[in-house]
Amino acid sequence: MKTFGGKVLFLDRADINTDEIIPAKYLTEITKEAMKPHLLEDLKLEGFDRRRDIAGKRVVVTRENFGCGSSREHAPWAFEVNDITAVIAPSFARIFRQNMYNCGMLALELPAATIEHLFKAYAGKETTMSIDVTGGAIRVETAGVSETIQFSLQGFDAALVQAGGWLEYADSNY
Amino acid sequence: MGKTIAEKIFDSHQVDAPYPGTTVLRLDAVFCHEITTPTAITDLMARGKDRVFDPAKVKAVIDHVSPAKDSKTAEQGKVLRDWAHRHDIKDFFDIGRNGVCHAIFPEQGFVRPGYTIIMGDSHTCTHGAFGAFAAGVGTTDLEVGILKGVCAFKPPKTMKFELVGKLPEGVYAKDIILFLIGKIGVNGATNMIMEFTGPVIDAMGMDSRMTVCNMAIEAGATCGICNPDATTVDYLWPFIKMDFASKKDALAAYAAIASDSDAQYEKVCKFDLSSLEPMATFDYRPDNVKPVRELAGATVDQVYIGSCTNGRIEDLRIAAAVLKGAKIHARVRGILSPATPQIYRQALDEGLIAIFMDAGFCVTNPTCGACLGMSNGVLAPKEVCASTTNRNFYGRMGKGGMVHLMSPATAAATALAGCITNSVLYKGGK
Repeated sequence: MKTFGGKVLFLDRADINTDEIIPAKYLTEITKEAMKPHLLEDLKLEGFDRRRDIAGKRVVVTRENFGCGSSREHAPWAFEVNDITAVIAPSFARIFRQNMYNCGMLALELPAATIEHLFKAYAGKETTMSIDVTGGAIRVETAGVSETIQFSLQGFDAALVQAGGWLEYADSNY
Repeated sequence: MGKTIAEKIFDSHQVDAPYPGTTVLRLDAVFCHEITTPTAITDLMARGKDRVFDPAKVKAVIDHVSPAKDSKTAEQGKVLRDWAHRHDIKDFFDIGRNGVCHAIFPEQGFVRPGYTIIMGDSHTCTHGAFGAFAAGVGTTDLEVGILKGVCAFKPPKTMKFELVGKLPEGVYAKDIILFLIGKIGVNGATNMIMEFTGPVIDAMGMDSRMTVCNMAIEAGATCGICNPDATTVDYLWPFIKMDFASKKDALAAYAAIASDSDAQYEKVCKFDLSSLEPMATFDYRPDNVKPVRELAGATVDQVYIGSCTNGRIEDLRIAAAVLKGAKIHARVRGILSPATPQIYRQALDEGLIAIFMDAGFCVTNPTCGACLGMSNGVLAPKEVCASTTNRNFYGRMGKGGMVHLMSPATAAATALAGCITNSVLYKGGK
């Protein structure tokens, strides 16, 4: 199982698509590592500077329908090689979400109101999250403030995270 | 209680239901191209699992960057080519025989009503036009599909789109799907199947149905789907005539998998399209859609006709009818990419290629190329392209470029005028 949690990157826009996460021209790369400098290269978002904001982050908190567009698993890989293994949003595009769990990573859905609260209380501040997958708890912390948010990871998603991904799961089951 | 076509396909293909809300399906076909498959192949090799569940059910094509544009894309092609030969994959389409995946695989008869299909490409939803469940997946799903012939999905929920009325002149399948995406939004059908029905769909040929289903993913849908009918049987007849005594028998067999009249839907939307106008996108989201009338006059640098959305023979005929005898605007670069060699050949035979060339279009070999900013027509920063493709994301056709999505008719008229234009103005050529 992968490890989850650490510093948080807030991306305050709905419908961030796969071309913004990793442009198509990098799909000719054969290694995942080659994606590393290009994560979120085409994301135009006020206040976001990828050269400054990505390094050291482990978790992304964002808005609805994250990862819409292409089927490219290069999008989760681009996060993975930057050590970001968890994305938290009110909802995800189907293929992106499945790709995350297929890689043994987390695409966690939290209620829109909870996400709104996280943006209001923590965006723009240095924030860390400790994610306990089996206990279903996220410990959120910033200077002088902390709280715990519950979530539920069940069924197939939990099995894939435990197995380390869909290939590992399928190989032992089918 | 009746069932939808998607529910029937799931019922007949389920091999496991390991958890509530998860269905593992047996796959009838796994389609592969050279962008997303090589990483699956190299990973399988590294794991000591370089196997294929059934070489007859795996189809492969080099289409995204063809001919290879540099060493990296040459390497991707080589990995796929060597793998196809190593595993005796007979249906492998290399340069000279290759075309855009979602055009060439249906053309070869690989898509049948009731099939389950995956591919590492989001526009795999195109194949639902034949009454198949076809879904785009990532590389890991593709890898498991290649190795085991299975894929996991949520149980199918379906939105039904009942399309009635008679399309006005100059309005085509592309205008319909742009209109629908504009109505429901890029997140409007996430985790759902869009089932397209009604007299407008009934009257469409398979090329138009593929155009409609192709862009279901732009509304977030898992698959677009049309119920198989006599049009489907006619298209497939050369490939299925050994399986059925007559077209009537084929139709009866396919009717059994079509949605029941009392099937349950998540949502039913009915639209009368009798007054629909030609539509186009603006800005950088496929749901930013306006009538062409409201965008008329916006200048473009390039016009691109092609892709898995609109690079088929019907599309070329429609565009050529607008272009016939006319010249494209001096400031505009026109690029036509017929989606398969067969379409290219047919367009030559029908004199369509001559019309495009006389108008001033560059005609390229079949490839995905420019649609995703890979090759054969990449935009410069701040350039604008009128395109018959499917995605207008920022940077999609080249860093800093902008794309207006539209029908082949509107694209052809736009090429002539040098700015976004309704094709009806060019009725019968000039």
